[in-house]
Amino acid sequence: MAAPTGSCFHCGEQLGRTQIFATINEERQPVCCEGCRCVAELIASSGLGDFYRYRDGVTVRPEATLSSPDAWDAYRNDAVARGFIRQTAGGYQATLAVEGLRCAACCWLIDRSLRQLPDVHEVSINAATARAHVEWSGDRTTLVAVLRTIAALGYRPHPLTPASIDLSAQNERRGALKRLAAAAFGMMQVMMFATSIYAAQIAGEVMDPGIVHFFHIVSLLVTTPLLVYVGAPIFLSAWTSIRHRSIGMDVPVSIALLLAYIASVWNTLHADGQAAVYFDSVTMFLFFLTLARFVQMSIRQRTAALSDALARQLPAYAHRSVDGEIEDVPLAELQRDDRLLVKAGEVIPADGILVDSDAHVDESMLTGESLPVAKRAGDQLAAGTLNIDGPLHMMVRTSGNATILSHIVALMQRGQALKPAMMRNADAAAAKFLRVVLGGAALTCIAWWVIDPTRAFTATVAVLVVACPCAFAIAAPSALAAATAHLAHLGVLVTHPDALEALARIDRIVFDKTGTLTRGDVRIERCTALSNLSSARCLEIAAALELASEHPLSRAFRMVDRPYVATAIQVFAGRGVEGIVDSHRYRIGTPEFVAELRGASTSAAFAEAQAGTLVCLGDEHHELALIQLCDTPRENAASAIAQLRRLGIESEILSGDGESPVVATAVYCGVAEFHARQSPEQKLAHVLSLQRADHHVAMVGDGVNDAPVLGASNVSIAMGRGAALAQASAGLVLIGEDLDALPKAIMIARRMGRIARQNLIWAALYNVGSLPLAALGVVPPWLAAVGMSISSLAVMLNAMRLLPRHVPRQSTRSRAECLPVVTRTGELPRGAALS
Amino acid sequence: MSILFLLVPLSLGLVVFAGWGFFWAVSSGQFDDLESPGWDVLQENGRSEPIDEHS
Repeated sequence: MAAPTGSCFHCGEQLGRTQIFATINEERQPVCCEGCRCVAELIASSGLGDFYRYRDGVTVRPEATLSSPDAWDAYRNDAVARGFIRQTAGGYQATLAVEGLRCAACCWLIDRSLRQLPDVHEVSINAATARAHVEWSGDRTTLVAVLRTIAALGYRPHPLTPASIDLSAQNERRGALKRLAAAAFGMMQVMMFATSIYAAQIAGEVMDPGIVHFFHIVSLLVTTPLLVYVGAPIFLSAWTSIRHRSIGMDVPVSIALLLAYIASVWNTLHADGQAAVYFDSVTMFLFFLTLARFVQMSIRQRTAALSDALARQLPAYAHRSVDGEIEDVPLAELQRDDRLLVKAGEVIPADGILVDSDAHVDESMLTGESLPVAKRAGDQLAAGTLNIDGPLHMMVRTSGNATILSHIVALMQRGQALKPAMMRNADAAAAKFLRVVLGGAALTCIAWWVIDPTRAFTATVAVLVVACPCAFAIAAPSALAAATAHLAHLGVLVTHPDALEALARIDRIVFDKTGTLTRGDVRIERCTALSNLSSARCLEIAAALELASEHPLSRAFRMVDRPYVATAIQVFAGRGVEGIVDSHRYRIGTPEFVAELRGASTSAAFAEAQAGTLVCLGDEHHELALIQLCDTPRENAASAIAQLRRLGIESEILSGDGESPVVATAVYCGVAEFHARQSPEQKLAHVLSLQRADHHVAMVGDGVNDAPVLGASNVSIAMGRGAALAQASAGLVLIGEDLDALPKAIMIARRMGRIARQNLIWAALYNVGSLPLAALGVVPPWLAAVGMSISSLAVMLNAMRLLPRHVPRQSTRSRAECLPVVTRTGELPRGAALS
Repeated sequence: MSILFLLVPLSLGLVVFAGWGFFWAVSSGQFDDLESPGWDVLQENGRSEPIDEHS
């Protein structure tokens, strides 16, 4: 394996010995490929070189297909483009989802580049939702130009139809922010009056009853609209859960709020100003609840963008061929037996049958198989797979609901339905606690009714306030939020709130091989010389030939020196490459293809060759070499698995790949248990059988085919650059693709579990302990409110221990630094993202 | 202490005004992205550059 000599200036990939340089600000910077050179020089020549100073981590590598001239041609068609553009008085508007948007510097770069297009007058890019909004006037700029500009920078733009622009998330966030602010303002006002009354009580002074009554009336005026506006979602959710005959966390909360409020109103209107009111408790409770909800919503929204990723995998339009004419039609209009053209690099829009003689299809999102699959005329093509070389024609068989992709999505939904609902435990405990509080309140009421009826109602409400499960309500969410923030620093994104709870209990972890334990990049494993030509020389010849090929396998040869230049190169799609090197004619590719050149059948050595993983090199007389290709294991895979073992977690591999690469990876990583050639159904069955054996299983996956398994496992973890669907169904996403973060994440999850338990125990102790005191009438109302606040504060402070101790300086190594989730919302202290 | 009967409603009016201001800021999208605008000021040659080139 060629020693890496550095990393690419643009995308940070390891460099081979073959070096390409990009000229940035008159300095030569090493880059890994022509794509990166183009993008880096484009960025620098547009006066945007500062991007490299301000970006967090490294940029996504541009895909070759993105900058190809015809990738966006469909949008040139007016009828197609109109679907994505809104016409306004000032010109045109379009909203795009931008894939690969990782940090604020990315936003800045796209913003500046788009503004250099003629007539573009408004660009706004939201890093949080990865949406770009562009407005332009006049005909000098088109949607195609906008898309190409973004694509040329190495991002993948997806135009959104007005219907699909998700305004609900934005509205939800704005609404939550307003409620939070309203609750904070209202709480401050009410507390101001309450504190003065308490202060007088503590000092033993007697306040003018008129002023006290006035304060109560004002508090009532502030609290009433607040309860209606801020409390509405809580009451609605409580009402929904009651209608479904389950007691959710919102039910006790709503009852406490309403009882305290009604009692306060009663006492304000009917008493002489001496009876206790609890408006301060009501508003404070509302504020803490809203705060906890806002933090959770921010975390959820940040990751919700991943879940619409499946829709993006299918193109919105297909090229239909009618009597030799090509027209672009919406997917919905496709019918059985339509003849379609699928260009190179495009997603196959519907299930169908190949008409052309041969084609290569990347089915990795369906089967997880990283190598392209050869298809012949009459073979099935699955919707959602990628056509990787040359245009192909196909005949539609089914589309929409009946496609294989929808089959996998359905499988995934079933997998998710099997998922145990971890969060129900907390709600069940709250429901039990509610019964204790209600029972206690009822007992207090009856007891005081017998002893002293005048104090019965006040004491009852005091019990409800003091035992208000405020600390209880935020005990788990605050720990969760702090742990999530810490994990974001490590490059671990939490997409499902119950994933962390489950992660703490994991005792078995299942890896899919390709793209998780391995990098998903193909490299040369071994070159066996079969004649008197040395293997090094064979590799050099192979590299010269493969230079011309766009085949994914040819990337493996980038690391090899190229002293030779091949001429008369012919690329045979799906078979190999033929060319003349040093006045000899060579072929590299499948055994049959190479054997044809010398007019012989394949030899025994070649017959062993497994399709895809072995490449042969031969000339007109001999077979020269067998080159075995394999995926590069991640550097830290072995150390991560060793660390996991120290945590008492055994690892295993479930892969769709063939036996030998799986064995090799297992040996490299030190994994004892592995299964090769697993279909998605087999993987699902295996995980379910592990769970039946009382194991808590975490699944680390990459492809769409992992999605059902990810759904069924106790915790699902996807890799940052894996298939979008895998990320969408995963509970955790390793954005940094750093496997070492996995054991750390498990340790944090376990700490979170401990701290959440401490919080719950403390909150329960406080509530249960204070309940009898309040019932005995010992606790005055102000003490009840202060006690409630202190118990909440203690819970919050305890949760803060989960935040990273010291804020690390930006490390160039870690892509994880790319904007922690929670800090984006401004809720928790953010790290130094600027170097 | 009767001044309170004037000051308290006044303070409530101020709170309502402040709340209205915050709601307006949220509705006009000023809190949608708290990240990228902060980077704009770090640019020495900001948005004026492309305009300079054309003029």
